[in-house]
Amino acid sequence: MPFIMILYYVITLFLIGMLLWNFVREKKSADDMLLYLLVLIPLIMRILRVK
Amino acid sequence: MRRVWTTKVLLASAVAALMTVAGIQLYEHRHHSLPIIAGPGVTKVAMLSDYAEGLKGTPADTFVFFLEGKEAGGKILIIANTHSNEPAAILTSLIFLENAIVEKGTLIIIPQFNNSGSRNTRPGDGYPLYFEIPTDWGKKKFRIGNREASPLDQWPDPDVYVHYPDRQLLSFLDVRNTNRTWPGRANGPLMERVTHAAMEIMRKEEVDIALDIHGAETMFPVTNCIVAPEKSMRIAMLTSLTVKAREGFENHVEPSPSGFRGLSHREIGDYSDALPFLLEAPIPFLDQPTGPKTVDLLLDGKDPFLLSLSKKGKLFVPYDESGWPMDKRVGQHCSVILEIMNQHSRKYPEKTTTIRNVPRYADVVEKGVGYYFHNPDETEKKNVYDI
Repeated sequence: MPFIMILYYVITLFLIGMLLWNFVREKKSADDMLLYLLVLIPLIMRILRVK
Repeated sequence: MRRVWTTKVLLASAVAALMTVAGIQLYEHRHHSLPIIAGPGVTKVAMLSDYAEGLKGTPADTFVFFLEGKEAGGKILIIANTHSNEPAAILTSLIFLENAIVEKGTLIIIPQFNNSGSRNTRPGDGYPLYFEIPTDWGKKKFRIGNREASPLDQWPDPDVYVHYPDRQLLSFLDVRNTNRTWPGRANGPLMERVTHAAMEIMRKEEVDIALDIHGAETMFPVTNCIVAPEKSMRIAMLTSLTVKAREGFENHVEPSPSGFRGLSHREIGDYSDALPFLLEAPIPFLDQPTGPKTVDLLLDGKDPFLLSLSKKGKLFVPYDESGWPMDKRVGQHCSVILEIMNQHSRKYPEKTTTIRNVPRYADVVEKGVGYYFHNPDETEKKNVYDI
């Protein structure tokens, strides 16, 4: 895997971590919780490399 | 606190369930096989990767079928499904593949040029995943693909696609569009490797004519036409006039712009000796102001919003209650391809191509596209290929 691809996967992992962190910290808005989860979907699929 | 976590668990479970249900459908679509038949005219089957090592073992590799006549003559390449959401292309190519008998010259057919794109979809536009064509022996099921290759196969996209070799700046999406990545390069992004392999076929096999079959919106001026660069213009004009006079349908000629790079009708002519032609048939399914993107709309092209726009003179093709049926679009493609071959043979008699058993416009409209497809279950397995 080229170095640039490794970087992209690292960025993806970082974004997943940030979204999960925000999801855990969110206490009031169910809408925001749902949005965090929806945004997570393509990132998780990318990391799992499901084809 | 407990209530917050209950909400979170419920939401996460709901999203996971949605992801699984949708994911299974998309997985099945991506792995759905379309059995096609190498007809009696097929003499050799190769892979695109035979012409460019960089494609070997990738999801972009695809079959290349050769139909060689007993006598040498012109060499014609037919490329279908450059854009897999324009299905008149693959239907036309399969009519040639399953039925054509070449007596003089060679026909080379790539029915699933952007293999990755055919396994992609466009959920944002609510695309159906499949469509079916009725035949005498049942229904033949096709995947509805997308204009671009799947990001599962070529990722990440750049912010801007810098075209090779002209360095023109194109949309980031065009790095996965096999009608923007011509002429390609051996070690470029996957879709550049696909177009590079096709260029290698044209250079090594000394192809005379390259035909790239497409469909375009009725509201787009470059529709229902033959797009040709300067070197192909004479044959394109004669073809357009002949099909109008003899078969009664319009198919005007559009010049290939020299300043817009990456398109087959421009780069093939500039980087090989082949004469390129890009064929466009109207496809109302791709227009934006339509009703839902249904299989019916894909196949019959009937839409009340387009009809209303047609009455206001906003469309670039004639449009009435009959829509733009698939049989009409495929029939036009068949006739235009045969006429281009005919005009090329007249201009270059030493490069004559003689093909029989391929229907023209009136035949396809009368009998339907499915009439020309054969049952894979009743065909020798060695002649059935899954694409």
